Amino acid sequence: MTTRLVVITAGLGRPSSTRLLADRLTAATQRYVTDGNVDNAGGGGVGVGEVGGDIGGDVEVRVVELRDLASDIAQNMVTGFPGPRLRDAVDAVTSADGLIAVTPVFTGSYSGLFKSFFDVIDKDALTGIPVLIAATGGTARHSLVLEHAMRPLFSYLRAVVLPTAVYAATEDWGAAGDDALALRIDRAAAELAGQVTARSVRRPAAAEETFIPFDRQLAALTPKG
Amino acid sequence: MQFGIFTVGDVTTDPTNGRTPSEHERIKAMVTIARKAEEVGLDVFATGEHHNPPFVPSSPTTMLGYIAARTDRLILSTSTTLITTNDPVKIAEDFAMLQHLADGRVDLMMGRGNTGPVYPWFGKDIRQGIPLAVENYALLHKLWREDTVDWAGKFRTPLQSFTSTPRPLDGVPPFVWHGSIRSPEIAEQAAYYGDGFFANNIFWPKEHFKKLVGLYRERYAYYGHGSPDQAIVGLGGQVFMRKNSQDAVREFRPYFDNAPVYGHGPSLEEFTDQTPLTVGSPQEVIDKTLTFRESFGDYQRQLFLMDHAGLPLRTVLEQLDLLGEEVVPVLRREFAKGRPAHVPDGPTHRSLLAARDTQEVQA
Repeated sequence: MTTRLVVITAGLGRPSSTRLLADRLTAATQRYVTDGNVDNAGGGGVGVGEVGGDIGGDVEVRVVELRDLASDIAQNMVTGFPGPRLRDAVDAVTSADGLIAVTPVFTGSYSGLFKSFFDVIDKDALTGIPVLIAATGGTARHSLVLEHAMRPLFSYLRAVVLPTAVYAATEDWGAAGDDALALRIDRAAAELAGQVTARSVRRPAAAEETFIPFDRQLAALTPKG
Repeated sequence: MQFGIFTVGDVTTDPTNGRTPSEHERIKAMVTIARKAEEVGLDVFATGEHHNPPFVPSSPTTMLGYIAARTDRLILSTSTTLITTNDPVKIAEDFAMLQHLADGRVDLMMGRGNTGPVYPWFGKDIRQGIPLAVENYALLHKLWREDTVDWAGKFRTPLQSFTSTPRPLDGVPPFVWHGSIRSPEIAEQAAYYGDGFFANNIFWPKEHFKKLVGLYRERYAYYGHGSPDQAIVGLGGQVFMRKNSQDAVREFRPYFDNAPVYGHGPSLEEFTDQTPLTVGSPQEVIDKTLTFRESFGDYQRQLFLMDHAGLPLRTVLEQLDLLGEEVVPVLRREFAKGRPAHVPDGPTHRSLLAARDTQEVQA
């Protein structure tokens, strides 16, 4: 079974440390899904359940760079509908088996571009999708952005936000001999892999146009008694 | 098939010279535009209903009654009549009166409006948009078909032995369209009653409206009004034309770029590519409009939005000349080709009267 993993990264630089973190989370998740177990995980055992030995499979990764969609997102805000490129990215995100969402910290929160992307997605479209949240910043002082901004955002969207969120400050990239970031990446990836492989039953795609038969609409208005 | 124009009635500054028409000028311009529509051979003029600036048409039957007196053939309609916030009793009376004055040249389109705050202005609860549309229309439908009405509902005081006057002309209620930009419930409502369904088809890509029209056609058949291709479909459209395509693009661009609804967003080229908007030569408008049939099937009414975004009256009248002389005659010819005999024409008072009489003979 092929697992569709979609990675949303809101980094603006080229190269971008946000993208770098996204790539490391992706690679680790891919490894766990493909191998089909988490027993040899670096962070193994820490809050991670058995994934099971025989459910490995292919992983199809799609990376959505929000920088490339910046003007499409702004246009959707104005017109109320996504252009073809944005629609394609939104479709990928809303039909994914699992998401990795990574933002840089700007002015004390997720970036405006990151938030705007989720603002133009239907609020019910992410229901039940496992999401690994991650962020990058200049200093570790902003790491609670994950808990105070990212997690509530995805809770509102009724996504399944994984317990481990990963924050990478500038210093994390350079700390020699300190593998704390690697361990967090590993633990978070194992959690995501566990969730996506456990999702054997896909939630039915939310009917785009739900309607109520008219007699029921009328009946609901008929005074009782 | 019927062709016409629909207007929002916005007062918008002309971005090319900074001039803003007065409300008086705009209202008079709408009348001039309606009369021009008849002069160039169009079939329908429809006005919006709004209750806040920068829009002027708050009282559609007053305006349409005046236009009725100044025209002979034109069908007068709305785009839309707010079924949520108007009292259905008053809609029944106003439009029946208009129908008599206009000798039957009247139909109307139900809508829920696009402005949340309008609900409290008329004492209604904004959270009840769809239920209000459902209940109010059920009452309106009854008032036009039963001489004496006993009725109780959720949103207004009950009626006992009430007769709405005047009764519809010849006992035939005005034809009703249900307009929708996004709600499948409205397509379902139109199908249930065997009324028409009008897809705005302006602001969003056609795929979205294809789904709504498809649902309406399917449910129209489900409720036993005919086959799906006999359902009564109307579509919006939006065009700007000049003889030469490049001239149209050059002239319309500042209006597009500053348009209240989509301005300051995508480029004109992106928007024309993704939505039914056409800016170009009359031939390009013809080509694009003919694709609507491929997407939506044979349909009954095509309305174009022509007077918005601050376009001056003179320009709008030139546009109507092009539409009436070069576009619509070709569209009439082309849409008639290959149109199955069982697909109905756009409804008129006469066709509804004939259908009613046939039914009575059969019964």
